[in-house]
Amino acid sequence: MSFSPLVTMFYLAALIAIVASIKVVTRKNTVHALLYLVISLIAVAVCFYLMGAPFAAGLEVIVYAGAILVLFVFAIMLFGLREDETHYTPPHKGLSMWLGPVALALVLLAQLLYTINHQGIQQQLSATVIDSKQVGILLYGPYLLAVEIASFLLLSGLIAAYHFAKDVTYGGQK
Amino acid sequence: MTAIPLEHILILASVLFLIGFVGVIVRKNALFILMSLEVMLNATGVAFIGAGSVWQQADGQVMFMLILTLAAAEVAVGLALLIRMKHQYRSLDIDVLSDLKGQ
Repeated sequence: MSFSPLVTMFYLAALIAIVASIKVVTRKNTVHALLYLVISLIAVAVCFYLMGAPFAAGLEVIVYAGAILVLFVFAIMLFGLREDETHYTPPHKGLSMWLGPVALALVLLAQLLYTINHQGIQQQLSATVIDSKQVGILLYGPYLLAVEIASFLLLSGLIAAYHFAKDVTYGGQK
Repeated sequence: MTAIPLEHILILASVLFLIGFVGVIVRKNALFILMSLEVMLNATGVAFIGAGSVWQQADGQVMFMLILTLAAAEVAVGLALLIRMKHQYRSLDIDVLSDLKGQ
């Protein structure tokens, strides 16, 4: 049973996604888990690209690994987790905590370069790709109501986040 | 029709979903529960994109974008609630929330 290069790349990215996700749920330190979560999301984005959905892969990197993870980092900064999170882990582990995510990210980078340079994979992908034009036509045609509902959802999320995160003890209405 | 078999895409999606689900069930820290929820939503996105690419329809990517919107709103509200929880209970342990009972 021989796999084509594209399928092999997919299995490698899927393996990285699974390993990184397992690391996310098993870490003790929040920031280390966040690093692995970024790797997991980027690996899933590589899987999307190999499935012929480059638009979704770009959105995954921009929105998930960009915006949502930044939200997590800001929240962790607001929590000030020094007192109840990091004292479970040894204080000076140096670079060793970074090695795992960096190694996985380097494997993903190598995959990306190999996929871009490989002629056969590119031909296979260009035959099956679903580009952003088709998605946009569908999104603003039959799914227009869903887009409107999504915008309401985002607005309600904004208002709820503002309301809940507002500090009631200092200068609030209470 | 992609070269990747649909079964393997669905296996990847279910394995990722299972990892996230175990994280939601097992972890006590509310922040880890939110991260595990992200992993679960991501797994559903894999399933949608995989199905959409197998049948060569763009609907899967439309559904993925809606999931993305849902995840963004959910994380914003969840993190705001966690900030409030940290402010009131000085902890992110979900067990302290059961102190509400019987007091």
